[in-house]
Amino acid sequence: MNGIIGRKIGMTSVFDELGRNVACTVVEAGPCVVTQIKSEDADGYNALQLSYGEAKAKNTSKPMLGHFDKANTTPKRKLVEFRDCDLEKNLGDTITLDEVLQEGDIVSVVGTSKGKGFQGVVKRHNFRGVNDATHGQHNRQRAPGSIGASSYPSRVFKGMRMAGQTGNSRVKMRNLSVLKLFPEQNLVLIKGAIPGHKGTFVVIEK
Amino acid sequence: MDAIKFVQEQMLKKPDFPKFGPGDNVVVTYKIVEGDKERNQSFRGDVIQINGEGAGKTFTVRKVSNGVGVERIWPFASPNIIDISVTKYGKVRRAKLYYLRDLVGKKARIKEKRNTK
Repeated sequence: MNGIIGRKIGMTSVFDELGRNVACTVVEAGPCVVTQIKSEDADGYNALQLSYGEAKAKNTSKPMLGHFDKANTTPKRKLVEFRDCDLEKNLGDTITLDEVLQEGDIVSVVGTSKGKGFQGVVKRHNFRGVNDATHGQHNRQRAPGSIGASSYPSRVFKGMRMAGQTGNSRVKMRNLSVLKLFPEQNLVLIKGAIPGHKGTFVVIEK
Repeated sequence: MDAIKFVQEQMLKKPDFPKFGPGDNVVVTYKIVEGDKERNQSFRGDVIQINGEGAGKTFTVRKVSNGVGVERIWPFASPNIIDISVTKYGKVRRAKLYYLRDLVGKKARIKEKRNTK
């Protein structure tokens, strides 16, 4: 199995074996229910679809209720496909944390970053802004400056870094290590920070 | 929130040090790692504050060494602390003794509290 769905709980710090204070994130991960098995013959690729997080039946559409009924499970909020899993699972089986992760594993965590709204270039792209408040500068401390030359090329190049929506996008943090597993509580302690608010869904990938 | 409390209880050692508060004079024995060598050092001074709760709870010890004020902050849960012993219980009227930083010599003394345990 190469991943599991979870929920960010929050951050804390622990001491490592050298006595250093290490910041870490607590994630509640699993148990996930297998809701669909995709195969090479039927779908063109092999994958397991996992589900996590209880949903109310009244907030679930009828087609989705049928989908969950097929796996003989309650409605769930989050569905994620994991391709080419090595685990032999049937429809409706649960996958727990300790089947997927071990302590010391290096994992990636995928989540939705905190939304910052429409931000200027200083916050969004780490532009420096104008460093001087005097010498003729007026109302342009955080302005982007030049965005290109004039008559040639007479246009702004694609991908020019400008102001815009910041955050609230899919972010993958790589190379995070698993410090500790608490399989009975479905909790995993991950070194460092992961994207998103407390309570948001995250996917831990191996 | 409860999950975080649970993790902290599992991951942090429970300190079994004597109870002390601001104004008390303590000796903290702690571990120093220099390269691959380890040695113990002690630091004696007055506790001037206890800050935070849970995993982030810390205490600050202040002493005057060769006329220079030195302050050290330790987390209560730090595994580097070997021992804490209280040498004097002080009589103070506030929780944070920052005013000691502005005082030198005899003015910077803390009255001792008698008959306490």
